[in-house]
Amino acid sequence: MESNFEPKIVGFLCKWCAYTGADLAGTSRIKYPPNVTPIRVMCSGRVDPVLVMKALSSGADGVLIAGCHPGDCHYTSGNVKTIRRFKLLQRMLDQFGIERDRVRLEWVSASEGERYAQVVENMTETLRTLGPLNWNGSKEG
Amino acid sequence: MAEKIGVYVCHCGTNIAQTVDCKRVVDYASALPNVTVAREYQYMCSDPGQDLIKKDIKELGLTRVVVASCSPLMHEPTFRRAVEEAGLNQFLFQMANIREQCSWISENKERATEQAKSIVAAAVKRVEFQESLDVKKVPVNPNVLIVGGGITGIEAALQIADSGKKVYLVEKEPTIGGYMARFDKTFPTLDCAACILTPKMVSVGQHPNIELLSYSDVIGFSGYVGNFTARIRRRAKYVEEEECSGCGLCTEKCPVSVPSEFDCGLGKRKAIYRPFPQAVPNVPVIDKDHCLYFTKGVCKVCQKFCPRGAINFEQKETYTDLQVGTAILATGFGLFDASKVKQYGYGRLPNVITSLEFERFSHASGPTGGKILLKNGQMPTSIAILHCIGSRDTNFNEYCSRVCCMYSMKIAHLAHEKTGARVYEFYIDIRAFGKGYEEFYKRILEEETTFIRGKAAEVTDVPQTPAEKGKLVVVAEDTLLGIVRRVPVDMVVLSVGFEPRKDTIETARIFSISRSQDGFFLERHPKLAPVSTASDGIFIAGACQGPKDIPDSVAQGAAAAANALSLIDRKEVTLEPTVAFIDEKSCSGCKICIGLCAYNAITFDETKKVSKVNDALCKGCGVCVAACPSGAIEQRNFTDNQLLAEVESICATGK
Repeated sequence: MESNFEPKIVGFLCKWCAYTGADLAGTSRIKYPPNVTPIRVMCSGRVDPVLVMKALSSGADGVLIAGCHPGDCHYTSGNVKTIRRFKLLQRMLDQFGIERDRVRLEWVSASEGERYAQVVENMTETLRTLGPLNWNGSKEG
Repeated sequence: MAEKIGVYVCHCGTNIAQTVDCKRVVDYASALPNVTVAREYQYMCSDPGQDLIKKDIKELGLTRVVVASCSPLMHEPTFRRAVEEAGLNQFLFQMANIREQCSWISENKERATEQAKSIVAAAVKRVEFQESLDVKKVPVNPNVLIVGGGITGIEAALQIADSGKKVYLVEKEPTIGGYMARFDKTFPTLDCAACILTPKMVSVGQHPNIELLSYSDVIGFSGYVGNFTARIRRRAKYVEEEECSGCGLCTEKCPVSVPSEFDCGLGKRKAIYRPFPQAVPNVPVIDKDHCLYFTKGVCKVCQKFCPRGAINFEQKETYTDLQVGTAILATGFGLFDASKVKQYGYGRLPNVITSLEFERFSHASGPTGGKILLKNGQMPTSIAILHCIGSRDTNFNEYCSRVCCMYSMKIAHLAHEKTGARVYEFYIDIRAFGKGYEEFYKRILEEETTFIRGKAAEVTDVPQTPAEKGKLVVVAEDTLLGIVRRVPVDMVVLSVGFEPRKDTIETARIFSISRSQDGFFLERHPKLAPVSTASDGIFIAGACQGPKDIPDSVAQGAAAAANALSLIDRKEVTLEPTVAFIDEKSCSGCKICIGLCAYNAITFDETKKVSKVNDALCKGCGVCVAACPSGAIEQRNFTDNQLLAEVESICATGK
């Protein structure tokens, strides 16, 4: 494993909760590793598994999907659909031999800046231990 | 034809430039495909910054614009407007957030710069796939829903109604007035609360533009800004509002007496009752749980005596749908439960009371007719007031409830005035921040109230000296003298703090708004949009957003009214066109999307055998897009191509 390996994580953040929570982490000047590059979506329910697999196959080491806590979804129940979809996605990851820890579904409310920072920190640490995914073979080693 | 993209990197003073090497980001962006120009500027949001963009659009013929600066929640509308002014459709613009989610989270300039490059590259790649979109304009229904009839809701209702607009004021309790109706005097002026509140309550009751729905709850809320539908449950009062003259004979004749909630259980009320004499509407309700007719099937005394035949035991709860364009939530607060702090003996030691109970004792129409009395009917000769109960306490609520210092001093004044008792204030810090507050503090000091700086450790009835016998002893460390003091008193008043109402979670869900960490409703911006929420057209005001005193609550009520009126007077609002649409040619007619839509926005066209999205109902969440097995559904401004472009770009950079 590379010694200074910094995982590349694609983050899908819902506009109402997780993205606002991530903004709050910044506004509060909470420091956490800049390993997640965020993509703003209206709802975590928009995250098509194809997008996740595309990220992993294009060189991402992990994917974070973050939305509103169940029950708090701005669209009533979009995140519930994300949960169902995520379960199937995990089975697909197993079939591809990809560690489940590489794709995470987390709930972050608009006021949980600190929680977002912890999620990213924790995920980054996990992926540093897991090492590069290198699914597209672009990385050496 | 290749797009011509302009990239503008903002320093945001030093907010971004301190941790992101903006020059390197610009150089990097210049070399990205299709980027015609990349510039940096100290404040892109300033007029000269925006002019830079507009000038380039006109002179260089830019077809796409990316601004790398703060969060889109801050300045997306600013830059969208700027590109529109230069003749470019606002959806050909993309914002790259390199402040909140980049420069502010890192101290490592190298890594933050790399991250900024990755974010900018993703935006550049994405913007290529963005399309011109038309915003939809919809008319704004001028009716306003106000939830909560405390002083905040009352102020908002009157402001709006006076402008000629229709207000639906929904109140849970049988009367409006909220907590303020239960207070005796108000600080720092010592105005009698009822004297300043009840004229406003009467105005609400009489206003031709206000429809007051008391004893009612909002149980559903749907639609979008300018066009909401609120579903209201009107609970049965068992009294016909139109028939009742408010004579009060029914209450007088009712044989059942139960503890009055309005008086914190200190006084009694009947089973058919008005919470207090000046109730608006002046119509009693029957408490079904205690009414003899409902519990035992006998009595009906109220019905026999009612001169207008207004009592109707058969009344059922009803449901109505209200069409409104905006909503103001003024649902107020709850009080901290003092019995949670065991060491103060609330609920165990008879003469330990809460500040609200003191208000009821002190109130002329309260259970003792305005007398401060101990449980044995005697007047206290010494009273201790304990500050910060449940507030500024990591065991309970970390925040300061803001009003307790001031109301505690008001209580000290009233107690001294009414009983001549020696008054002690046990405080952590005195927070007298408002207009005339510090002066009031000085006045109370001069009234010989003893201020002891120290949070009480306990209240005990176990004496250590003969002087403490039969007394309540407040034990506290006097942090100014550095000694532990034991102060024997007859009565202890616990200054309980504010908490979010117990139904805050439910209300937040009904209106799809967020709550902050402390559990109160979350405002759009703590400083610049204090009464707005993330949901357009839904405003919050008063103590439902956080602890507030009466002046601040009234100010917020008026502010929310102004926000609502400004929206109404625009007459129409624009809706984000980020709705889903279905490519009929690709749709296989599987109907998976139909069951997933939370808004019933998708229907099936039986002749064409394809699904169809109703634009007006679609909220643009994108759930159906992700679910469509044939990829026939797309979401405008969040198309697969746009998101895939971001994904691929992110994965390709920083290798």
